[in-house]
Amino acid sequence: MTWDWGAVADFMPHFRDGLLVTLQALVLGSLISFVLGLVWALLMRAPSRWVRWPVGAATEFVRNTPLLVQLFFLFYVLPEWDITFSALTTGVVAIGLHYSTYTMQVYRAGIEAVPVGQWEAATALNLPLRRTWTAVILPQAIRRVVPALGNYVISMLKDTPLLMAITVLDMLGEARLFSQQNFQFTEPLTVIGVAFVLISYPASLLMRALERRLVR
Amino acid sequence: MTAGLWELVLKGVWITVQLLVLSALLAAAVSFAVGIARTHRLWIVRFLAGFYTEVFRGTSALIMIFWVFFVLPPAFGWQLVPLWAGTLALGLTYGAYGSEIVRGALDAVAPAQREAGIALNFTPWQRMRLILLPQAVPEMVPPFSNLLIELLKGTALVSIMGMGDLAFSGNLVRLALQESAEIYTYILLIYFVIAFLLTRVMRGLERKLQAGLGRAPVRRRSRLEVSRTETAATAGAGAPGGAR
Repeated sequence: MTWDWGAVADFMPHFRDGLLVTLQALVLGSLISFVLGLVWALLMRAPSRWVRWPVGAATEFVRNTPLLVQLFFLFYVLPEWDITFSALTTGVVAIGLHYSTYTMQVYRAGIEAVPVGQWEAATALNLPLRRTWTAVILPQAIRRVVPALGNYVISMLKDTPLLMAITVLDMLGEARLFSQQNFQFTEPLTVIGVAFVLISYPASLLMRALERRLVR
Repeated sequence: MTAGLWELVLKGVWITVQLLVLSALLAAAVSFAVGIARTHRLWIVRFLAGFYTEVFRGTSALIMIFWVFFVLPPAFGWQLVPLWAGTLALGLTYGAYGSEIVRGALDAVAPAQREAGIALNFTPWQRMRLILLPQAVPEMVPPFSNLLIELLKGTALVSIMGMGDLAFSGNLVRLALQESAEIYTYILLIYFVIAFLLTRVMRGLERKLQAGLGRAPVRRRSRLEVSRTETAATAGAGAPGGAR
């Protein structure tokens, strides 16, 4: 096994570019998934089954099919319908949508964990529905779900390399490009592998600590 | 779509199923080996098992696949057949997630059970085989069922390496027809059907194992109840968000 530190040094500028793209995709994807997940969770509590059933079926479908194929779907099918985005935007939307079907379960669990007494108190105080949600239920629910959402951000981080398949130059995309140009596969791939561990392990420790503080 | 193209898709389904079965077997073996090692009495064994889990869980499955395909051959002089390379990468990665499930389920067995084993002068291996595992395994089935679906979704990654699985056959058909909406819809539907069948099988298995313990099957709302990171990332630490 040969290890060439020169190749590592040469790869570093590309690594930085890739890291920026990865983090960008991660932040935007997380935001989309947080917002959409809440929307799905609230729709699943709608009184009409004509709302609940389609939302439940659609999210179940998205959750049980591979993100990679969903990426291909958005990347190749949307242009046929004359909707064109950049590859990165497509990837961010796909990741956000895919993970919103996971975050929706987290929100649902968080909402259900709010004690019934809180609902009854809101009714007793004659709070309108909107105030009940924004001032009573959601603040308590979201506090509980922060660590679980954080765990999904870590999962999302580990799924960002898939964006490489639709030509986005994230960390893995940069590593592949670099390896093909220089015929050095070992160094760039190992560097990004280590980078992923170095980011995701402390992040998961942080989430465990948050969980101890916020969830009681 | 013509019959020839459907044949291509069916071949893809076959490769995906093969890869799924093989990597699930490897992942199960790794899960139990590493998960049990994490309850070992020697700290070095626990440490090594924990290190393995964190490293393989910390990186992305796709990077692992790239590593097995591109770094392993020059480094160790092994050139694996694509199917085995994919199996190795997926099995090791998802095995790391699975080991957390095994550890969590073993931790969840009532401590008195272990103490009773010690009182009866069982060896550690007898305690594991006769007392802990029979009670822990039924608890593992629901999270393993979720992990199996994640593994199914993970098998699509090998198409990036040019292996002719289901996702790859979708790309071939797209190139042949110059039209993508139809084929990708079919591909997604096929994945969904496979996932649905897997959850059915796992639920049947759970019912059988629970009955073997003399317990009624717990009513669960399928995958909606437990999800990936809750089982994998913090198994044993209590589900985040009060999710259970």
